[in-house]
Amino acid sequence: MSLTRKNPRLEWIARNRLHPEHAQVMAELDASSSPSQWMGPNGLLRRDPHRVGRMGPNGLKRIDRSGLLAGQAYGSGGKQAKAEPQKPLITIDDPAFIVAVVPDMAGGELTSHDKDVLGMARQLADADPQRQGAVLAVVFGSYRETRFEHAGIDRLVFLEDERLEGYSPERRLNRLEDIERELTPERWLFPDSQLGGAELGRRLSVRLKERPATHVWQLLSEDGEWRCECRGARERSDIVRSLPRCILALEECAEPVSENRYEVKPVELSSTAPETMIRIDNLGQVEVDPASVALGEAEFILSGGNGVKNWDRFHNAALQLRAAEGASRVAVDNGFMPRERQVGATGTWVSARVYIAVGISGAIQHLQGIERCNKVVAINNDGGCDMVKRADLAIIGDAEGVLEALVELIEQKRSEESHHEAA
Amino acid sequence: MKPRESDKKSASLSISVLVSTGRHPITGRPGRADQDSRAVELAMNLQGGSVSLLHAGQPTEECKEALRGYLGMGIDRISLIEQSEHADITEVLTKTLKSSNPSLVLAGTQAEQGEGSGLLPFLLAESLGWSLVSGLVSIESVENGQATILQALPRGQRRRLKVRLPAIATVDESAERARQSAFGPARRGTIETISEASHIDETLASFEIKKARVRPKRLKIVKSSSARDRFKAAAAKSGGGGGQVLSDVSAQEGAEAIFKLLQEENVLKL
Ligand SMILES: Cc1cc2nc3c(=O)[nH]c(=O)nc-3n(C[C@H](O)[C@H](O)[C@H](O)COP(=O)(O)OP(=O)(O)OC[C@H]3O[C@@H](n4cnc5c(N)ncnc54)[C@H](O)[C@@H]3O)c2cc1C
Repeated sequence: MSLTRKNPRLEWIARNRLHPEHAQVMAELDASSSPSQWMGPNGLLRRDPHRVGRMGPNGLKRIDRSGLLAGQAYGSGGKQAKAEPQKPLITIDDPAFIVAVVPDMAGGELTSHDKDVLGMARQLADADPQRQGAVLAVVFGSYRETRFEHAGIDRLVFLEDERLEGYSPERRLNRLEDIERELTPERWLFPDSQLGGAELGRRLSVRLKERPATHVWQLLSEDGEWRCECRGARERSDIVRSLPRCILALEECAEPVSENRYEVKPVELSSTAPETMIRIDNLGQVEVDPASVALGEAEFILSGGNGVKNWDRFHNAALQLRAAEGASRVAVDNGFMPRERQVGATGTWVSARVYIAVGISGAIQHLQGIERCNKVVAINNDGGCDMVKRADLAIIGDAEGVLEALVELIEQKRSEESHHEAA
Repeated sequence: MKPRESDKKSASLSISVLVSTGRHPITGRPGRADQDSRAVELAMNLQGGSVSLLHAGQPTEECKEALRGYLGMGIDRISLIEQSEHADITEVLTKTLKSSNPSLVLAGTQAEQGEGSGLLPFLLAESLGWSLVSGLVSIESVENGQATILQALPRGQRRRLKVRLPAIATVDESAERARQSAFGPARRGTIETISEASHIDETLASFEIKKARVRPKRLKIVKSSSARDRFKAAAAKSGGGGGQVLSDVSAQEGAEAIFKLLQEENVLKL
């Protein structure tokens, strides 16, 4: 015979929704019994109306009383990734004009800068309901992007040619001239970025003999006239001018499209002009020494603070990780690191994709400097320090040991990797 | 001083550097423009090259003072093509370069004064029919009418290109920092003025130019049809928290966790 045993403490926690362990206990109860009802302390069946039913696809709670879905309780349903609600599809069959956008497509995907520029193109195309325009995107080489329709693209010119792959500004310019000849867009938009847009946009403007607006950061509309505001003189001045045909826009120049889906209808070009002389030969990307990369630009930084005792080990770890080295002010003041490696308010503001802070407590002056880092990893022996609170991953323990283990792990993976290649 | 790179072969390579005037970032006093001085540095480090500096603009005292900054780097003379205010200098520079016919023209990416659109090198390359490269950081070699150069990419990465000469190159701000400008040479050098007719840039007059203002920060707007989501997003605490904390783990386990994150973020080169 099985005895039902009560655990008054767990039951108490289950009733108390504000208890810190509530979610955990409910999850356990979830596994054992029905989560939405349980036996109260004095034998009464208790129901939690908040835990009945599950979230519907559009964010509304749905209670199923037919018992069909009884197995799937709210607790698990709510945590599931919500299906993306279907956005309305906009089709533009007969556009009055075309706004062409040439996104950078870094790594074969639309960058956030590209999406901002597409948002700007949308503004231009949709401004006048009497004269509806269409947004045309031009994509060179292969791509991995799967969300073109969510970025506000009505038409897509996809130029698949292995010679257009990678850096090939002259060939790309020729193709853009073909598009100009055949479709004659009302405007040409480029992201004004080092990833290629800045160069290609200027090349095309010069070829078309159009004076472009560069470093555009916002569109202004004055009684049906488009104007734009541009940054000039290297960030020192703002220039307001009428909007020309060719526009090179900065990041955050407009809100990216978020409300609707668009058609992404492929457009074929009928003719291509004969190729002109190619004067630039791309010999490919060069391996760079991470230590030579300026700290503000580095993608991956290993940063050491007062908690680092063995600096040789630290330098070795940076070498093995192929990471740029950074430091807290204390490490610099104590003479372990050069001044130009200091991260923080009075040092360099970094924007690394991954920032590993070793033995750094996370003083506000330091945290300010790493505001723009994507992922922060803390290695610290004090679990309560501010760096651990900021970190996306914190390892509580001795810095030296963790670094050593990390270096060993990487060496091991590297040798496995080379074995693989040899085999 | 560290040894200058001396093994760069370039027999009688003539280089023109287009220099503009800049301002000291803090004091605002007239001086060298940062990117242009890097271009001069690059040209001076190329062995066997003959370097000439070219500026087109108003021959004011302030302008000459700024140009002396380049002379102070150890340059003997600068050609100053006299132009009136608001002149479009494309045509006159095209003419000058056509007659001096250098193999390589260096310029900054973006001027520190005026529109700063970074368009001039492109216009010159188009009108002269020369090659154009952007974001130059160093010149590796010049052989058989071709230059092998390194181009700057974001995040400190580099790309190697081979370019047919004559070429116009814009110099990136990550190119080697320019040497100090010394007072003596700056005084001794000569500024040679050449007068030329100016073409006034008419379009510029229609521009409304003002001091740069702070760009508004983008707000996080949550668009959702359900009020519940909007409320949740608005009430959510920003920043902090939510990170994974591993305490009481061995060093090896900690290292594994970090390794996993590094691989996910694709920053580790094995
Ligand atoms: C005006 C002003 C400007 C400043 N600007 C900056 C700036 O730009 N950049 C900057 O960094 N600082 C700056 N500071 C200094 C800042 O306030 C802090 O003093 C400094 O960042 C602390 O450095 P730290 O974290 O390395 O040292 P500490 O605060 O001493 O922290 C050391 C950390 O290491 C941990 N630790 C110790 N031993 C070990 C071990 N064996 N293994 C693992 N962890 C260990 C400790 O638990 C602690 O969390 C500025 C201060 C002022 C007043």
